[in-house]
Amino acid sequence: MAEPPVSLKSLLERFGPHPAYTPPGGWQDESHNLAERLVKTHCCFCGQQCGIQLKVRRNQVIGFEPWEEFPFNRGMLCPKGVKRYMQGGHPDRLLDPLMRTPQGFRVSSWDEALGFTARRLQETQAKYGKDSVAIYGGASLISEKAYLLGKFARVALGTRHIDYNGRLCMVSAGVAYKLAFGVDRSPFPWSDIPKAQVVLVAGANVAECAPITTDYLWRCRDDGGKLIIVDPRMTPICRNADMYLPVRPGTDLALYMGLLHVILRDGLERRDFISAHTIGFEQVAESARAWDPRTVAEKTGVPPESIERAACLFAKAERAIVLHARGVEHQSKGVENCLALINLCLATGNIGREGAGCAMITGQGNGQGGREHGQKCDQLPGQRSIDDSEARAHTAKVWGICPEDIPQAGYSAVEIMEAIHRGEIKALLSACFNPLVSLPDAKFTQEALKKLEFFGVVDFFMSETAHHADVVLAGSLQEEEEGIGCTAEGRVIHIQKAVDPPGNAKGDSWIYCELAKRLGKGQFFPYTSTREIYDELREASRGGHADYYGITYEKIDKNMGVFWPCPSLDHPGTPRLFEDGRSFHPDGKHHFVVTEWRDSGDPVSSEFPIYLTTGRVVSQYLSGTQTRRIGGLLEQCPNPRLEIHPRLAEQYKIDDGDWVTVTTRRNQITLQAMVVKTIRPDTVFIPYHWPAGRSANRLTHRTLDPRSKIPEYKVSACQLRGADGPPEWSLWSPEQPSEPKKGKA
Amino acid sequence: MVALVAGATIRTKKGQSLMQGYEFYVDPSRCIGCQSCVKACEECETHRGTSLINFDFIDRGGTTASAAYVCWHCEEPTCAMACPTDAIKKGDDGIVQSSLKSRCIGCSNCVLACPFGIPKIFPEYEQMMKCDMCYDRTSIGKKPMCATVCPSQALCYVRPEVIAHRREKPTNVFQFGNQKIVTRVHMMVPAETDSVSLDVLDYIWEESYAVFAQPQ
Repeated sequence: MAEPPVSLKSLLERFGPHPAYTPPGGWQDESHNLAERLVKTHCCFCGQQCGIQLKVRRNQVIGFEPWEEFPFNRGMLCPKGVKRYMQGGHPDRLLDPLMRTPQGFRVSSWDEALGFTARRLQETQAKYGKDSVAIYGGASLISEKAYLLGKFARVALGTRHIDYNGRLCMVSAGVAYKLAFGVDRSPFPWSDIPKAQVVLVAGANVAECAPITTDYLWRCRDDGGKLIIVDPRMTPICRNADMYLPVRPGTDLALYMGLLHVILRDGLERRDFISAHTIGFEQVAESARAWDPRTVAEKTGVPPESIERAACLFAKAERAIVLHARGVEHQSKGVENCLALINLCLATGNIGREGAGCAMITGQGNGQGGREHGQKCDQLPGQRSIDDSEARAHTAKVWGICPEDIPQAGYSAVEIMEAIHRGEIKALLSACFNPLVSLPDAKFTQEALKKLEFFGVVDFFMSETAHHADVVLAGSLQEEEEGIGCTAEGRVIHIQKAVDPPGNAKGDSWIYCELAKRLGKGQFFPYTSTREIYDELREASRGGHADYYGITYEKIDKNMGVFWPCPSLDHPGTPRLFEDGRSFHPDGKHHFVVTEWRDSGDPVSSEFPIYLTTGRVVSQYLSGTQTRRIGGLLEQCPNPRLEIHPRLAEQYKIDDGDWVTVTTRRNQITLQAMVVKTIRPDTVFIPYHWPAGRSANRLTHRTLDPRSKIPEYKVSACQLRGADGPPEWSLWSPEQPSEPKKGKA
Repeated sequence: MVALVAGATIRTKKGQSLMQGYEFYVDPSRCIGCQSCVKACEECETHRGTSLINFDFIDRGGTTASAAYVCWHCEEPTCAMACPTDAIKKGDDGIVQSSLKSRCIGCSNCVLACPFGIPKIFPEYEQMMKCDMCYDRTSIGKKPMCATVCPSQALCYVRPEVIAHRREKPTNVFQFGNQKIVTRVHMMVPAETDSVSLDVLDYIWEESYAVFAQPQ
């Protein structure tokens, strides 16, 4: 029974989150002046993975120094990057393995905790079959850990159910790019962005979720480039946009079909490019015919004139770029939305050359690398498909097992939780994933967790989900193991080890190897360092699309990153894909793919008349397990607020700072209103980084895109009413630095 | 033996603090409100834990517009002129420094006098503190911390030929009523505008008030 052993309050008292405002030793500690060394590595708090230097003294990260030579960010950092150093010495850091008892969690030895975990996993599999055990991984893990976890699931446990929290992030784009181009990667380096004449930013709050990309957009503007921003909210970058298209949540597909309609109607497509390099154009052109600007305007709420103008601006540019992110991808037609954007680029010949193309802004730290090497339920290392018999044979050879012994594709992240809920999966081992905060429909997740017969967690802080665990294995931060990541650009970077894990905490890779030993599979996990794991990853990826064979730690250091594919040691890497006009499909063509309109899985109605959309704030990262513990970040936005337009607020008699109860078909939460003119008046917005009574994901729904299996976080239907007073959470939430202030945000 | 890392100690020589040929530029139109500058300033060696950036959301109800400012380092600093104890000094390099602790009586005259609203009294340190454009960094060839980290380069420390590529153009002349102020730090403004008055009077059509030309 995986229920928290003691009350939530006592768990929070012991494990936090306790916001730390001062670094180890306090602000006035002189020893911070005496850094022993600067470690050139990368930020862990988003997919851009900016270069940063960590100041280290006595096995502790005590500060940072910008790394101006690293070409992607040239010293720039967002507030999360500035404060990332505060995690290692944090008082909430887990320093020992913990075992659950009726009186709460007790400290145990590694031998006991690992032995217990291995025994429970074996017992469960003996009783219910191999696939009764599932693994959750994290996209924020370095690629070596992600690779190891995939191998651990398939070789040590022999389960087909392994998936990761990147399922909540990048998969719609990944599926679309594979369909269109045969490969899942943004096809150009960010240095192309300033060279574009038009940049269309589709559902991407660049300023808050990928802050460094802002500078690329501004440099594009300096050279006369035009910005078109599509978003239901006027995000900070909209102030400098040439066009702002305030799309109604969930209707993006119609808008992009409308743009294509205008382009084709006016004959602005690039026929020469289309006939030389693509297939499927005619069918897509046919499907765009129905989407005239008037029809699109009714669907999207974007004026017909804006649709006409944006289409002309985009199509007439010599070089145009599309940047998209979760706004279009977190929908039950997320794949369609991405495909529609790709179709726009293909129709206008914008791919495979400098300053042109379609790119996804990967969200999670190592969101790109974390999905390439085998912790996705349907992929093997090197972005190989698990159904492909050649891929299975190659991987099996590297792993030293028979191809038949590699399990088939398993469930995706949300499907795993649903299988737990219905009793099909009985045991879960979860690494750096906080599904109670990050999966949709949190009440359902909580019910499911309680049904687990065994629940093991590997993490460095006690997440809200870990409260339910039978055993918590104290693992490592990004800077505590050497490895690689891959950025949003497709640039493979070197994560340096800055310090050892504190106390009795261990490197994650050690934990999986030790578990494998206890499961009787130690011979497949003989590694003594992450470098050995990486060398095996290179072999495993060899010949795959994401070919890392030619990339070594040393080569990365020398070149400030290497772009994959890089098939041999003397290969320079591939910053821009498709420059030879060929895609990664066997036919070498870029594929136009027909998209199909579907309504949202949680439609607005007379009872739930308002759109609810969710997202991030600049000062928090994902489920907040790390960033809700850093006081300097928390004070920027201590609690989620409900963004609402004054017109809608007036209708419900809501003032700025009032407590408002938001109800969806699943649940309700009560938050303070932030009355702003920067959001559509039919839509409200809540950031999702908080747990329990403040959790936006209590409200969201489990409708998935049928191909990518991404949940539809960006579109729910809700109702609003003024609350009588502050909710319970506001009285004792541990992260709260002070009483919530009325008025100014 | 513990090796000292460059930048971890403070050695400043007055008059040699700034990096040759570099200037500080502020462009609120680029600011995305992320407060990276505020957080990074707090990490500074000389005033750890205290951020000296002036940051505001202009009117969050109406706009996402935000503004992050450093001290403008006036040629003729009003804060220094208003100081009754002569505690505020300007260096040969044009940098106006925090109050001299031995002289500062915490009277707040500077706080009230500065037309930009920059100086702040910190009761815990018993003095006025403000941005000194990262003496500790610029004196050893590093850019100020805020301008280094700023993700949108709304705060930036570059050579004039670099800033010349931008859409907006720099100015360092400000008009407050009848007071004309020339500053070390530059404000980026739309290309055709040299300086912008913030006083309503300057925009009212009445000859007696029109002391300042309307921006075109």
